[in-house]
Amino acid sequence: MEHIRTPKVENVHMIDRLTPRKSTVGTLYLSSTHTIFVENSEARKETWVLHSLVYNVERLPTNPSGSPLLIRCKNFHVYRLLIPQEKDCLDVLASLTRLSRPECYGELFCFSFNPNLDKELREKAWGFIDLKAEFSRMGIPSNLWHVTAANHEYRLCETYPSELFVPKSAFPAVIVGSAKFRSRGRLPVLSYFHRDTSASICRSSQPLSGFSARSTDDEQMLHAIMKSNPVSELMYVVDTRPKLNAMANRATGKGYENEDHYTNIKLQFVGIENIHVMRSSQQKLVDVGELPAPSMSDFLWGLENSGWLKHIKAVLDAGVFIAKAVAEDGVSVLVHCSDGWDRTAQACSLASVLLDPYYRTIKGLMVLIEKDWVSFGHKFSHRYAHLDGDPKEVSPVMDQFLECVWQLMQQFPCAFEFNERFLIQLHTHIYSCQYGNFIGNCQKERRDLRLQERTHSLWPHLWENRAEYTNPLYRTDHSQTQGVLKPLTTAYCFKFWKGMYGHADKSVASHQSPADCLNAVREESQQLEEELIAHQERLAQLKEKKTSGGRKKTNKLSERVRRPIPIESKLSSPLDYFTATRSEKHSPSFTLPLELAAPPKNGDPDDLSTCSDFESGVADLSSHSSSAGDDTKDPDSDEAVKSNT
Amino acid sequence: MELSEHIKTANVEDVTLRRPFHPALRGTLCVTSHHLLFSDGKDEASWQLLILLKNIDAIEKSVEILFGYPRAVGSSGTITIKCKDLLVLQLEIPGMEECLNIASSIEALSSLESVTEMYPFFYRPSHLTLSGPWGLSSMEQYYKQTERLWDRWRISTVNSDYSVCLSYPSAVIVPREVDDDMLIRSARFRQGGRFPVLSYCHHRNGMVIMRSSQPLTGANKKSCKEDELLLRAVIDGSKLGYIIDLRSAQQAQQARMTGGGFESKSCYSDWKRFHRHHERGKVVQESLIKLVEACSDPSHSVDRWLSKLENSKWLSHVHSALCTAGLVVECVERDGHSVLVHGSEGTDNTLLVSSLAQLILDPASRTVTGFLCLLEREWIQAGHPFQQRCAHSAYSHARLKQECPSFLLLLDCVWQVWRQFPLALEFSEALLLRLAQEVYASNYGTFLCNSEQERCAAGVKENTHCLFQSLLRPDIEEQYLNPLYEPTDLVIWPSVHPQSLQLWTGLFLRWTEYAQNMEEAREEVWSIVKEHREQAGPDRTNNMLSTHCDTLTPFENLMDELTIL
Repeated sequence: MEHIRTPKVENVHMIDRLTPRKSTVGTLYLSSTHTIFVENSEARKETWVLHSLVYNVERLPTNPSGSPLLIRCKNFHVYRLLIPQEKDCLDVLASLTRLSRPECYGELFCFSFNPNLDKELREKAWGFIDLKAEFSRMGIPSNLWHVTAANHEYRLCETYPSELFVPKSAFPAVIVGSAKFRSRGRLPVLSYFHRDTSASICRSSQPLSGFSARSTDDEQMLHAIMKSNPVSELMYVVDTRPKLNAMANRATGKGYENEDHYTNIKLQFVGIENIHVMRSSQQKLVDVGELPAPSMSDFLWGLENSGWLKHIKAVLDAGVFIAKAVAEDGVSVLVHCSDGWDRTAQACSLASVLLDPYYRTIKGLMVLIEKDWVSFGHKFSHRYAHLDGDPKEVSPVMDQFLECVWQLMQQFPCAFEFNERFLIQLHTHIYSCQYGNFIGNCQKERRDLRLQERTHSLWPHLWENRAEYTNPLYRTDHSQTQGVLKPLTTAYCFKFWKGMYGHADKSVASHQSPADCLNAVREESQQLEEELIAHQERLAQLKEKKTSGGRKKTNKLSERVRRPIPIESKLSSPLDYFTATRSEKHSPSFTLPLELAAPPKNGDPDDLSTCSDFESGVADLSSHSSSAGDDTKDPDSDEAVKSNT
Repeated sequence: MELSEHIKTANVEDVTLRRPFHPALRGTLCVTSHHLLFSDGKDEASWQLLILLKNIDAIEKSVEILFGYPRAVGSSGTITIKCKDLLVLQLEIPGMEECLNIASSIEALSSLESVTEMYPFFYRPSHLTLSGPWGLSSMEQYYKQTERLWDRWRISTVNSDYSVCLSYPSAVIVPREVDDDMLIRSARFRQGGRFPVLSYCHHRNGMVIMRSSQPLTGANKKSCKEDELLLRAVIDGSKLGYIIDLRSAQQAQQARMTGGGFESKSCYSDWKRFHRHHERGKVVQESLIKLVEACSDPSHSVDRWLSKLENSKWLSHVHSALCTAGLVVECVERDGHSVLVHGSEGTDNTLLVSSLAQLILDPASRTVTGFLCLLEREWIQAGHPFQQRCAHSAYSHARLKQECPSFLLLLDCVWQVWRQFPLALEFSEALLLRLAQEVYASNYGTFLCNSEQERCAAGVKENTHCLFQSLLRPDIEEQYLNPLYEPTDLVIWPSVHPQSLQLWTGLFLRWTEYAQNMEEAREEVWSIVKEHREQAGPDRTNNMLSTHCDTLTPFENLMDELTIL
């Protein structure tokens, strides 16, 4: 609280950049966790912005109407405020700047966030995702793979989980030796086992090979991995870095595997750029979204210049390569980059999404993130700037993974159980620090922070609200749902993710959503079904009253096969469906007040006219971008004629 | 010269056909006066391929001598056929001579220019008769149905013999207080005689969208009293109207040097003029060519693709069209004033903007029938020169003459609106795709000729079938319905932010795998909605959030039955 210089400012304008007409006046409050804007209007609409989601705060030059303040969020929302007094503005700026940069874990929101769950429920919630169960779901044959105790108490590798799957044929000495030959001790271990071909995806960091070093233990380790796939005499090593970067690493005693030293390995570089390139690429992309009145060419040029979609394609290409090797060639793959926690995580998890339909379900994606990212030591707190720290450690690694999944959803609209909203919600929570799941940089750190005792888990919360995150087109028996996905990675398949990056202004609300509409249709179908059953029951009762041997006419109706709908989403009517989610918005301690988490809006007809970029008011008639300059010149005047001819 | 004389070789055996999504086929190729046919001979009754020769935009042949080829000539050739609907297919034809003969026959027959020799004049399906009505509605019928027009507007038949304006229909709607003599004088003052006529009257406030061609003010700043009076009658005492000139101010200035011009402030004091620059003609055609070229090479890197997409400028044209249509809507709906739209000739961008504005403003134009009526009124009757504009599509190497994909641009813009408001339009993407195909090559006479006058002279209405009539037959129409349609009376303001606009993959990537997955998704949407309708009863189709009383009726009947027991 000591950082709050002014808790309340009145008569603040919330500016809508695209439609200034819709700007609102209200009161700004600063709490220890949120910035809250309450409209003066009758609806008293509240906007809550979590401090930990604030990316930066910028003050623009004071003008006669007040001091403008720009709050940019890590989920790409931008709030524009106009504060009447310059002093207030400076106070808000100073407070927010400090509050949005916590210096130690203890300051994070997750430690004060309390959704009124009792202790028992909270502990149960942390057990919602069980990685042991996940590895057994994969059907790993116990004669080929087993759990090693080598990393008990994180002795071998601090950033790995304590339980690791390794080939059964690898002796403890080989495991230890291999870890010593790998950067930060991140030895090759199992990430995913593909039952259909017995091929596996393993992951590690780069070998400490330099120009000539070798380790027989590491060579044996790779051989053991290859042998764990009995039908194949070959193994791929996928180095996800550009070859040049990998070669440069040799000068520092690291590098890549020498194909001559290892038996039957085939080395493949896939060329994903490093975190620094990605960071600046995303910044350029966000800047494109903030252009004041871009022409189509400005936008497309900016998109190209950012290189973002090129990087997205590189990541997806890596996933496609691995998935193809595993599913079609039946060859095991070892994936690594430099440290094996960024590009490796992207490539392994994307390949898994392509290979296994389970990871395309809501629960499955949670499991996958927990496995490939959280447990294997993706440095969440560094990459997503949870604490004020080295800006060079920050990079949108997870953003890219989520975007690749989104790009896949665009190509296969029926293949995923979840919708775009789910991905965006995940993205927000990776940054928000509201839940404990993504705090810290590895399992050991999370254990030391006692996160399970002190914070809440995101997964059960998302699971409870899964009706909101369900893709209506998903059907378990659909052809797109089954088997391995084989996406096109032609350049024209990659689109700008408007739902994620198109939110530079809070007002760019989504237009009509077919998914919401379909969900409503399904909800209603189900509800009709329930009514049908209720009536049938009543009929049956009536019949029994009338005659004991009545005709069974109604049964025909109940025989209509219904598609399964999540049982928990029993809702009394579609209208209730809207109000139910809406009411949740009023308990901001539980859900972040996010535009995208907002309930489907098709119940409200006014929304149609509120989502226009056009609404600049009549006074702005001349301000449309296409050729705004032309209007000021009136070609009638003779001067104009002269100057133009 | 008889059509059949162009055919040098009518039949070739042992031809291999390659096309997207299908394995290569071997069979017989056949050229007739209007079609290219292919059959693998297994199923006598059906053709594996039947394309209108008119649909063929370009044909490329490569002849190679193959050693050891079983045929005596020892050579074969490959013809690549590029269609106006963007399909590309290849035919491997044994025998060099046959190959060249086929190619030249196709070339000759696909570029016929005589309207009455075109296929619609020969298309006689058994389920259609020529005696039925042609077209959906005439201007007179439109006037009769639109009660809000009766007070201040009238039908004028001043152009009944097409002498006042060659490209206008025989009847037009004009202000009641303007007599035909004034119209004739105004027509003389407008390029091509296209004097200001009513295009749309807004149901909420009676404000109108007018359209015309540019005034012929010329370098000497000529003026025309009758034209000024006509426009004054349009705004009828209100002190303001907007003129949206679809050229930049500079272009409008320059037009005066060639006899054209713009409405000057001194003569049209009640009208405020905006200039919006729109590309036209050749530039737009070249955009289409560049875009299709970019889409047909899957080996591009992302950077190269985006650069080619940008460079084609196609999306920029879509963007400007939607922006200006939005401006018109803003003038009419929010500002409450009437608008006159024109560019130079008033036959391309003018129609594009006025019809888009109507789609945004008017719920009636968002149904299948309403949309087709809009196209009929604003494009076909209004004299968009289809024959000239659609003579060639994106693949042709022919020197460009009057080609311009204005209509395709309209369909793309409508698709963008549909994508942003997936519930607001009664029709689906399939209808837009069908129209995109029909406008270039069709069995029907609807898109033939350049104006009503030409259609009249060629006897189109008497001798061809009408596409729109046939699209509205219930069994056909069903294919083009939007399963999620929920009528709304509101104005559907499209977002014109560049990031809200997308490449129309359904059209431009139609023949790639990408489109196939989308097709599956569409089917899934249909199956969900159909299931729902089954559940909800036949009477309730679209109104999803209403009460469930209809569903309950069958149960009440059952109850009755039971009580009788």
